[in-house]
Amino acid sequence: MSRTIVIDPVTRIEGHAKITIYLNDEGNVRDARFHVTQYRGFEKFCEGRPYTEMPALTARTCGICPISHLMAASKACDAILAVRIPDTAVKLRKIVNLAQIIQSHALSFFHLSSPDLLLGMDAPIEQRNILGLAASHPEMAREGIWLRKFGQQIIEKIAGKRIHPAWTVPGGVSAPLAPETREWILSQLPEGIRIIQRVLEWYKSAYGQFADEIEYFANFPSLFMGLVNEDDSLEHYDGALRVVDDRRRIIADRIPSADYQDYISEYVEPDSYLKSPFYKMMGYPEGIYRVGPLARLNCAERTGAPLSAVELFAFRKLSKGAVLSSFHYHYARLIEILFGFERIEQLLNESDILSEHVRAHAGPNREEGVGISEAPRGMLLHHYKVDRNGLITWANLIIATGHNNLAMNRGIAQAAKHYVKGDKIKEGALNRVEAVIRCYDPCLSCSTHAFGEMPMRVQLIGPEGTLLDEKIRTI
Amino acid sequence: MSTPSRVITLTLDDREVGAHTDQTILEVARENGIVIPTLCHLEGLLPIGACRICLVEVVGSNKLLPACATKVTDGMRVITQSERLTRYRRRVVEFLFASGNHICAVCVSNHHCELQDMAVYTGMSHLTEPYRYPKLRVDASHERFVQDDNRCILCQRCVRVCAEIEGAHTWDVMGRGIEARVITDLNQPWGESDTCTSCSKCVQVCPTGALSIKGMAAAEMKKRKHFLAQYWTLKEEES
Repeated sequence: MSRTIVIDPVTRIEGHAKITIYLNDEGNVRDARFHVTQYRGFEKFCEGRPYTEMPALTARTCGICPISHLMAASKACDAILAVRIPDTAVKLRKIVNLAQIIQSHALSFFHLSSPDLLLGMDAPIEQRNILGLAASHPEMAREGIWLRKFGQQIIEKIAGKRIHPAWTVPGGVSAPLAPETREWILSQLPEGIRIIQRVLEWYKSAYGQFADEIEYFANFPSLFMGLVNEDDSLEHYDGALRVVDDRRRIIADRIPSADYQDYISEYVEPDSYLKSPFYKMMGYPEGIYRVGPLARLNCAERTGAPLSAVELFAFRKLSKGAVLSSFHYHYARLIEILFGFERIEQLLNESDILSEHVRAHAGPNREEGVGISEAPRGMLLHHYKVDRNGLITWANLIIATGHNNLAMNRGIAQAAKHYVKGDKIKEGALNRVEAVIRCYDPCLSCSTHAFGEMPMRVQLIGPEGTLLDEKIRTI
Repeated sequence: MSTPSRVITLTLDDREVGAHTDQTILEVARENGIVIPTLCHLEGLLPIGACRICLVEVVGSNKLLPACATKVTDGMRVITQSERLTRYRRRVVEFLFASGNHICAVCVSNHHCELQDMAVYTGMSHLTEPYRYPKLRVDASHERFVQDDNRCILCQRCVRVCAEIEGAHTWDVMGRGIEARVITDLNQPWGESDTCTSCSKCVQVCPTGALSIKGMAAAEMKKRKHFLAQYWTLKEEES
């Protein structure tokens, strides 16, 4: 008799989700599905609004990564203006985008995932959180909080406030960088680099303990997609799209933002509000690809900064081709934090970084614009169409978590087949299935443009559709 | 022929004050440093008492009266601050928020909005009435300006400044009650108006983000109303 296990809600992720695990007649896991159960409809209610409102409007999709939406939206609006924005504005946007990635990665690694890594997947649930971490590893918890705070402070000092600043506007940014802000950030960077290097050393010494998780946490061949610079280095704001396969062979390269629809199609599953984009040439569902820190490191040839280059070299040794285990999203996230600090320092030392020419002015010169940037969780895509007066007539947002949807589904199925046995959900198994999702650091409020708290539910369902077991967690 | 103005005395919040009979309660209060909140009122434009924020109690009257549009009388006793007035004023602001689509966070006038300021002043932290979420028009047909009905509070400053100062009378009000809307000319798109001189006075006096300069992003629209005072100073000098 086949049965089903449902995990609802999924915890310590940014969003509201449910996992269903289906058992076959032998009581083994047949399949597992990840459902995102909320809907907001941003693409629809943006219609009729002036394009100038889109950065602020779409930033409200999320309170964790609003900067990412500001970047993609502003780039889509720049395309509608058909202007090349001032170089200083590009650099300032890059700094703020990297600060956003640093703070979000710190949140994902230290607040959400490190309790699993430091306390163990089987640790008591009441200890497996940031407070438990603070009790057992106070220095690590303090430094994680410091990193996130610093990222947020950079955003606040440059853009005016930490969440939802109105500083990024179509055509550039609304205010230049103050010299004292530049000095302050430069003075704090060495501490950030020191902390993240130490954490990286710890991670490299510790991940050997998780051989089983590395083997079964969404470890499968897939495509990877991300932005790269012209010199093939790591890029989070600009650049062109690259797609590589599981052996890091380039499948498609230098794809301009505006041509994304030639490469990506979207499929809608009946059991989730989260779209399932796939690589068009390979069809659905074979065109599964991953985005985010792991994908970016698999796509780029180099980081473009010395300390992170050394770390990338070590990262490459994990595999002959692309690093396939999603467990190493954590590793990639730490390397990106280090890269973020290095790149911010490079940008702050550019000769024109204090220029006051930070905005280009124009009206809507084109009726369509696409903006792609790298959000912490991966490639973020905003696509707008406007009428001749600049009012939005159509909008499409493809969020990083959406790109990873097929991969997350395959990942939890793989983990569930390995860890779930019988018709009862054991706590350690439940946590491991959730932890697969956490590797991707999904932001479900963004991905469905949904709203609400983020509890988790897992259901175990038998072959005839009967509910065998259910676990609900609210933290 | 109008009656000549004469000096009278009245009481404002237990203070005896002198005034001229051609003055409004609001004018006398401001002369004497007494704050009465206003929203549709703007110094330099004729008062119309549209928003009801400046309601005051007058002893002997069983209804509240708009201070901006009520002339003082001899021996009048006016109460400008009371629990009842605070409650009414907050209610008026609530209705304004409920009747339109005022999403401050993404508005061009965020942090520079008189409606937002009034919500803070009256302590309106939430609505006790449901939002109406009306489907309203955004007119971006003008080359330089945008009209967003979602943010209009029907204060009619645009109508007044266009008729009284610019002399174009491009703006007017169409419809009744909660369905009323400000329109340009005979309800044609602003960009096709024959009478609009594109002077931007309407945009500058608008208290919210209902009228704004095209291309402005969230929180960027700062209104400049000082031209009204300059206009009347010049007028006085001319006469």
